[in-house]
This record gives sequence, C-alpha cells and structure tokens, in this order.
Amino acid sequence: MSLAGDVARWFTAGEHWRGDFGVPHRLAEHAAMSAASLLAAIMIGLPIGLWLGHRGRGGAVAINLTNVGRAVPSLAILALAQQAFGLSGWPGFGARPAFVALVALAVPPLVTNAYVGMRGVDRDVVEAARGMGMTGRELLWQVELPIATPLVMAGVRTAAVQVVATASLAAVTAWGGLGRFIVDGFGQQDNAQIVAGALLVGAMALATEVTLARVQRLLVPRGLRAAPAPAGEVTPA
Amino acid sequence: MRWDWVRDHGGDIVAATRQHVELTVLAVGIGLLIALPLGLAARRWRRLTGPVLGATGVLFTIPSLALFALLVPFTGLSRTTAEIGLVGYTLLILVRNVVAGLDGVPDDVKEAAHGMGYRPLGQLLRVELPLAVPVIVAGIRIATVTTIGLVTVTGLIGQGGLGAFIIEGINRDFRTPLVVGSVCSVALAVVADLALAGAARLLAPWSRGRGT
Repeated sequence: MSLAGDVARWFTAGEHWRGDFGVPHRLAEHAAMSAASLLAAIMIGLPIGLWLGHRGRGGAVAINLTNVGRAVPSLAILALAQQAFGLSGWPGFGARPAFVALVALAVPPLVTNAYVGMRGVDRDVVEAARGMGMTGRELLWQVELPIATPLVMAGVRTAAVQVVATASLAAVTAWGGLGRFIVDGFGQQDNAQIVAGALLVGAMALATEVTLARVQRLLVPRGLRAAPAPAGEVTPA
Repeated sequence: MRWDWVRDHGGDIVAATRQHVELTVLAVGIGLLIALPLGLAARRWRRLTGPVLGATGVLFTIPSLALFALLVPFTGLSRTTAEIGLVGYTLLILVRNVVAGLDGVPDDVKEAAHGMGYRPLGQLLRVELPLAVPVIVAGIRIATVTTIGLVTVTGLIGQGGLGAFIIEGINRDFRTPLVVGSVCSVALAVVADLALAGAARLLAPWSRGRGT
C-alpha cells in the first residue's frame, strides 16, 4: 500500500471526523488556543513596544528581546510552563501551561517589531507633526502608528505563525490540538496519521500567514501601500 | 534540582552537547553552501529574487514538528531527517542576508574595482564578498541561534542533542534533566552567538562598532 493512499484513506475515514479526537474538534482547539494566546500577547506586547518606540527608550531591551526569545527552545518553555503550572485545572488538561508558554513566545517579536517600526518613522515627519501642535498622544495615534503599521503587522504575523507552530508542539507536553495526531502517530508508528497531522498543521500555519498578510494590506494606510512590505524579525518554531 | 543526577550523567551531558553542536554546525554549513549560490543567482537574475525568497519563506512558515513528521515516512527517525529540516530553516535567513550584504556594497567601490581591472569573478570574490561579510555573518548568527533552538525538537525523532534531556524530563515528569537540557541549550546559543560576533570582527575589522 502506498503512503499517499493510506493518508487519503485516513482523511476519508469517518471516525477521524467525529468526537473529541476528531479533526474538527482538534482544529477548533488549535484555533481557539492560538487566537487566545495571540490576543493576550498583543495586549501585552504592542503597548510596550509602541510606548517604548514613541518615547525612544529601552531600545536595547526591545531589540534584544527577540534575540533572547530565539535562543530559548520553545519545547523548553512549554515543558517549564508545564512544571510550573501543572496539567490539571481550567480550561482543560494541559491548556493553562500551553497558553502561558505561547504568550511568552509571542510577546518578543511583537515588542521588537513595534519598537523598530515606531523608531523608523522619519524624524522630519515627527518634527513637522509637533510643529503643527500635535500632542504626544495625537502624534502616536495619528502619525507614528499609521506609518509603523507595516512593521507592527510583520510582528503580529511572525508571532501568529510561531504560536500556531508551537501550539502543535504542546501536544508533546500533553495538550491537544492538531499536534496530537503527529505525536500520537510517532507513538503508534502510524505513518498515515503522522503525515495527515503534518499536512493539517502545515496548512493551518500557511493559512494563518496568508490571512494576516491580507489583513495587513487592509490596515496599511493607502499612501504607504506602494512601498514593499519590510521584512520583520522572523523565527521559525 | 537533583544534583546527584547531574553528577551521574556528566558524560551523557557532554555527549549530548557534542551531538547538539554537530547537528547545528552541519545544518548551518550545508545551509550556507546552498544559500550562497542561491543568493548570488537571485542577485544576478533579479527575477529570481521573488521566487527564491518566496519558496524559502514558505519552508520557513511550516512548523518544525510538521516538517519533521512529513519527512519521517521517507527518511525515518534519522539524522538525515533532522538535517533536511534544520537546513531548510536556515535558508531564508541566509539567502536574505547574502543578498542584502552584496546589495550593500557601494557602487563607487564596484566601479573602482572595475577600473582597477578586476574581472567579474575576481571582483565578486575579492571585493564584494569580503565587504558583504558583516551582513552575511549577521545572518549566520541568527541562523545558528535559531538552529540550536530547533535541534531540541529533533529529540522527537530520536536525535535532539540536549533536546533529548528536555523530552526525557517531559516524559518522566522529572525536572532535573528538563532544566539541564534547557539551560545548556540556551548557554550554547549565547556562546555560539558571541563566538560568531568575534569571528566577524576578525574577518571584517573595518566594521568594528558598526552593528548590523
């Protein structure tokens, strides 16, 4: 039997689409966990990065945060969070440590890219805005943030893809999600399940990237759209 | 922390660190061997830049667990599987920095080299590449630190270097190997980053103090 045939049969088997161990439930788990941790990380990371960039302070910390985050293996963060928070309790087995680990991994690229984006705003533009009598708050919201949007969004995309990828690793530390199929497949030496899980996880990561690229295009002010999107700080997970 | 465990496993820790370094050096080395010609081609034929960066970017987006899982049915739980994945992740970073480094060579320098009679190949090897070294090494640093982190994931396919300790810690719910694997991996990344930064200063002394 060919592997491709086995994988096709895996995807068409009814029992893989039902119940708590089926694809729809695992997909929903994965999406909910990724969305929740990305939102939490955005609420923590963006204000810090935008404020530091606006005030022009803490640059060394903001920029090196991503480098430090890159050096710490995501598997290690997941495992240490599991040790610290335990597996049981709300909102489901292994969910709390996974959530904490994902937020911790997503914050650094958000802070760094927001900071770099804000600092990259042309100083002449900032001076002109001040000369027009804008307050610091107006400057941040009406001038700096719109111009910094491409890099801020690059940070959001990096963080999102990283969160989706690392959420699949959370299956190693006992949580569910789409990674479950791969990890269980390794355990059962079931190549069809391994490949099916890999296709699901890969598709989810690519879909996330493509969707957020669309969102970015909508959010960037029209006057800035002609310029090529800058490359953000990127990290695979 | 069980320090007696650390004492008893001193040999294992050294062996795992060595495997971690081997996996990383091999991945970044092969990555560089692929990225240099790719970067040069992307610069020579500008139409290639988009597709090359796009393809390496897609590879970069695939989660490591999924990439290793896709390879396992073909190459097994082997070092080959680990290396194919690890090399794949270095490519985007390295190609991007090779292109950026060569693009950063000032035009008047190139014209001067041309005027001095350098042929295209000689100019590339003896003028442009040396001037691009700081940016290329910056890429090698990012690729190396990233790879050291990703090597731990290859513990799931029977490789992993220090990652094997992390996975042992998870499976046995035993904190000591977990902390040892994590701390050693981070330390390795920091040491590698500093060593490469030092190498860049030796290779390109004129760039001292000008961070990239």
